[in-house]
Amino acid sequence: MIIVDNVTKAYANQQEAVSNLSFEVPEGTILGFLGPNGAGKTTTMRMITGFMAPTRGQIKVAGYDTVTQSMQARQQIGYLPETPPLYNELTTRAYLDFIARLRGIKSKSERQQRIAEVAESCWISDILDKTPTKLSKGYRQRVGLAQALIHNPRVIILDEPTIGLDPRQIQETRKLIKGLGGKHTVILSTHILPEVQMTCDRVIIINQGKILAQDSPENLIRHNSGLKRITMKVKGELPGVSEFLQNFASVERFQHLKTESELHTLSVESGTDGIEAILARELIARDLDLYGLQTAESSLEDVFIELVTQEEELES
Amino acid sequence: MNQIWAVTLKELKSYFVSPIAYVITAMFLLISGYFFYLILSITKDAGMMTYLFGNMAVILLLITPLLSMRLFAEEQRNKTLEMLMTSPISDSGIVLGKFFASAILLAIMLLMTLHFPLMLIYLGNPDGYTIISGYIGLFLMGCSFLAIGMLTSTWTQNQIIAAVSAFGISLLLWFLSAASTIAGSGLGPVLTYISLNAHWESFAKGLLSMSDVLYYLSVIGVLLFVTIRSLETRRWR
Repeated sequence: MIIVDNVTKAYANQQEAVSNLSFEVPEGTILGFLGPNGAGKTTTMRMITGFMAPTRGQIKVAGYDTVTQSMQARQQIGYLPETPPLYNELTTRAYLDFIARLRGIKSKSERQQRIAEVAESCWISDILDKTPTKLSKGYRQRVGLAQALIHNPRVIILDEPTIGLDPRQIQETRKLIKGLGGKHTVILSTHILPEVQMTCDRVIIINQGKILAQDSPENLIRHNSGLKRITMKVKGELPGVSEFLQNFASVERFQHLKTESELHTLSVESGTDGIEAILARELIARDLDLYGLQTAESSLEDVFIELVTQEEELES
Repeated sequence: MNQIWAVTLKELKSYFVSPIAYVITAMFLLISGYFFYLILSITKDAGMMTYLFGNMAVILLLITPLLSMRLFAEEQRNKTLEMLMTSPISDSGIVLGKFFASAILLAIMLLMTLHFPLMLIYLGNPDGYTIISGYIGLFLMGCSFLAIGMLTSTWTQNQIIAAVSAFGISLLLWFLSAASTIAGSGLGPVLTYISLNAHWESFAKGLLSMSDVLYYLSVIGVLLFVTIRSLETRRWR
């Protein structure tokens, strides 16, 4: 549905915001664009929506080139920019009506019907007759989302869609976005990792204008380490245990994190199934008091930090 | 076309929802009325509409930048330009839509001064031809000012900078003919021809000529074209 082919965007100061970016988004997929601030997420989205032209390379949306067939490409897209594009003088209803007209919905009854539909799915029915100056950030964001959906586009581009929302609204918005998958092709950018894990079918991790990794969230987590991190709190004689854990075959990495009033916090990384039970037995067998044992699956966050730091290390 | 009309409607709504349109129209009518009263009291000759049109043109020069300043500056400050420019409407469509809205507002303002000539018709026997050509001239010149203002509005997100630049450029173009006497025989006539003022005088005198109408239409056309280009360059920055 979306093909980004070897795209580079250089700004006037010759700095490349995005360099040689290539990826494809199949129809019905929700793609998460993940990267630290200034990674090139917004630039890429602006090129896909046709707001900016790529310096080199080509982008196709639903088969239309975003530069040479810009109008046809734009017709396929609903776009929520970083800041919701609202007009202070227009009520939500007048605003959505304007957008619907702009998006080519000619009949008045059809526009009214679409406004009612998006108002319901974005929870803004109660503020249709208010102007944005009186709206909270959450409402403004949701009006922006409604604007992107009004013409039922095949492709939806959302730049940080959950920013400024409260936790409950974040959850509902994620649910809404997840519901868009299948029928629509969605690209969303974020620097909130759980968001990607929860809503997206595919992830692209981008840093300094380059793609570091792209896969499904599950695969990314699995391939990258596949290790669990187990944190233990114990009291007793440490040296023997440390030596055992360091040399234990199932343990990849051992760390002694801290000691507070004789309570030692140890951590190991391991890929072995049931390693928690084995560790518990071993510790107790060595006459240690076990105060706690906690497992943390490697998260997308670890993958992300690992990839981004690797990249930076390579550069230096 | 439907999309251009959508932009025009939205701009008109913005004008009339905020107090801008009312305040500017009120000031225009107040000052025009004041001059009408003065002229009516002082002169009784046939050229009084010509004087009035001259004064109204100067008032337009002063207030049209206030109408045009928000057209693009506000969109940039509000971050709505990105949405407009990714909608299925061409850059020329956006520019035309906005221009039509401000031109319609200008036309409304001018229509609201029609009671001046109506009063004259009631009181005496003014030259109808002067009235018609004068209004056409005022509208065309006002539209040229608006086009200048719309262009400066694409340059900045600050409305005041847009208005001041528009005012400066309009004033320069207006008084360009003044430099023709010192510019020599080669450049002088060219400056006079480009000057907004030189073509305006014949309208106010009731001499509606096709070449002057074409002059204003081409000035507006060129300015709109440059505005579209100014907007387009954003895509390549």
